[in-house]
Amino acid sequence: MNQQALIQARDLHKYYTIKTGIFRPNQSLQALSGASFDLYAGQTLAVVGESGCGKSTLARLLTLIEQPTAGQLSFDGIDLASANEKEVARKLRQTIQMVFQDPFGSLNPRQKVGDILQEPLIINTDLNANQRRDRVLELMQRVGLLDEHIHRYPHMFSGGQRQRIAIARALILKPKIVVLDEPVSALDVSIQAQVLNLLIELQQELGLAYVFISHDLSVVRHIADQVLVMYLGKPVEQGLSEAVFNNPQHPYTQALLSATPQANTHRKGERIRLTGELPSPLNPPSGCSFHPRCQNATAQCKTTAPVMEQHGDVSVACLLLK
Amino acid sequence: MALLEITNLTVEFATAHGSLRAVDQVSLSLDAGDIVAIVGESGSGKSVAMLALMGLLPWTATITADQMSFDGKDLLTMNPKQRRAIIGKDISMIFQEPMTSLNPCFNVEYQISEVLAQHFGGSRRSYKHRVIELLEKVGIPAPETRLKAYPHQLSGGMSQRVMIAMMIACEPKLLIADEPTTALDVTIQAQILELLVELQKANGMALVLITHDMAVVAETADRVVVQYAGQQVEQRPVTELFNNPRHPYTEALLSALPEYAKEKTLNAIPGVVPGQLDRPVGCLFNPRCEHAQDLCRQQPPERSEGILCHYPLPLKSALKAASTSPTEVIL
Repeated sequence: MNQQALIQARDLHKYYTIKTGIFRPNQSLQALSGASFDLYAGQTLAVVGESGCGKSTLARLLTLIEQPTAGQLSFDGIDLASANEKEVARKLRQTIQMVFQDPFGSLNPRQKVGDILQEPLIINTDLNANQRRDRVLELMQRVGLLDEHIHRYPHMFSGGQRQRIAIARALILKPKIVVLDEPVSALDVSIQAQVLNLLIELQQELGLAYVFISHDLSVVRHIADQVLVMYLGKPVEQGLSEAVFNNPQHPYTQALLSATPQANTHRKGERIRLTGELPSPLNPPSGCSFHPRCQNATAQCKTTAPVMEQHGDVSVACLLLK
Repeated sequence: MALLEITNLTVEFATAHGSLRAVDQVSLSLDAGDIVAIVGESGSGKSVAMLALMGLLPWTATITADQMSFDGKDLLTMNPKQRRAIIGKDISMIFQEPMTSLNPCFNVEYQISEVLAQHFGGSRRSYKHRVIELLEKVGIPAPETRLKAYPHQLSGGMSQRVMIAMMIACEPKLLIADEPTTALDVTIQAQILELLVELQKANGMALVLITHDMAVVAETADRVVVQYAGQQVEQRPVTELFNNPRHPYTEALLSALPEYAKEKTLNAIPGVVPGQLDRPVGCLFNPRCEHAQDLCRQQPPERSEGILCHYPLPLKSALKAASTSPTEVIL
């Protein structure tokens, strides 16, 4: 693609330091190691994995809430390393917005919808009250809320409507990138479809780039262009959505796909069984971090850590694919 | 005789805005070894119906039913003491949030042995071996080391296993699982569902699975009850229901799934579930139904063949080969 990538991430790492006690040495927790991707306008990157796999850490890095420990991150051609100056960071933040998982927790219960929506405008723009109101009403209409809703409090809305408010709040500064952290997992199936449709429409209309974090693979399959599968902070498989879903290469992706229930009554009881749970990221297994749960693990898997390599259409981190 | 027999169960809550009918004439008949799934969106009354059965509803609830009996005993006329002898022993329930349904102040051994001591007598300590056996059964590695663990030391999947161990401690005849896997990751969800079905087969117990996830239903249940706004709209065997949904709500629910989408836009159901104050006249689903006609807007439908609809969708055998039903795609 000739077009410049909106997000360019190269080998992102994030370590947290954990204090274990006054006299004990601090431990380092690898929340994210080695994520790289390019995201273009109008495209969706889905980040998939179990809880504790680093999905949310990635979201925090992308929304500039936290700085990566190592690696290069640039937005729209501006390198984050040079963006530490307040002015640049402030501009960048306006182009990246976020929608959170739980619409019941992410909206201030004491603010009216109008106040929730115009707060970003007050902080970031010089618009006067009338202009702000126009912009708020315009966006409320766009996400399917009525004009009279502007004076209501969040508790007067259903889950789907609240998520619409959260989406409107994210879009009010005309961002280019929206990070969606499990935006539909708290919603019922029929409402989930409404919100997904809205997100897809908005993307086509405004050319937004989405980073879509989810554990629901049927939703991801529907909405994503690219998929990044993570396990214990490390990317294990990455590629175009169709390639990953039609022909998963990494044993973890295969297991994840097979564990996801399908609304198909013919599929009862045939699946790859993943035993055990996610190991603690404080004490990750040696070698390939997936080896204790992998059916095909060999002696080499216990000692050598695999790196991401291109296999056909996707890149996979697995020693068995050589 | 059926293990559980519920006919026309209605639950009403007294609220500040008048009475709210959360469950409306629900009937359910269950034999030992059945797996029945109750599906519906939030507010469809699926949990409330089962809580009424367990006797766990607050005093604001009024429960009426033509019949509610378990194992030949009438649950409606039973006094609380007699009910307590059954609850937790013959009927037990697993809740959605394993983290909040375990008591954070007591360790695993205490909480599991308490159930046993309560129903079989004796001291809690005498059940230590039974507790270890139960933890082993639900797939907790090295159960001896986990006896003294407190809930905050366990992961979500582990806590749910402990909950299950507690609930199967007395080998119940009926296990009600209320969204047992909603808070868990997919790989753990698969493990827990497999465990529930395994235990159900081994003990021959009946399992009621309450969920909003159609995919979980398709893979686990034998029979499905679809609820909408407190009413049972369709009750049929699982394969039939998925291949040929007959209530428009079931059809709409299935075609809203991303898996069935043929194009980028999903077939969303417009509108929301009606609340207490905006109940429509006639069929409760009519404002959101694409097949609704004048009769639907005037008169509530009667139940026929387990379907609550004036104009149920036709049986597939009666249709021409070129059907447009969304479920065709995957079959």
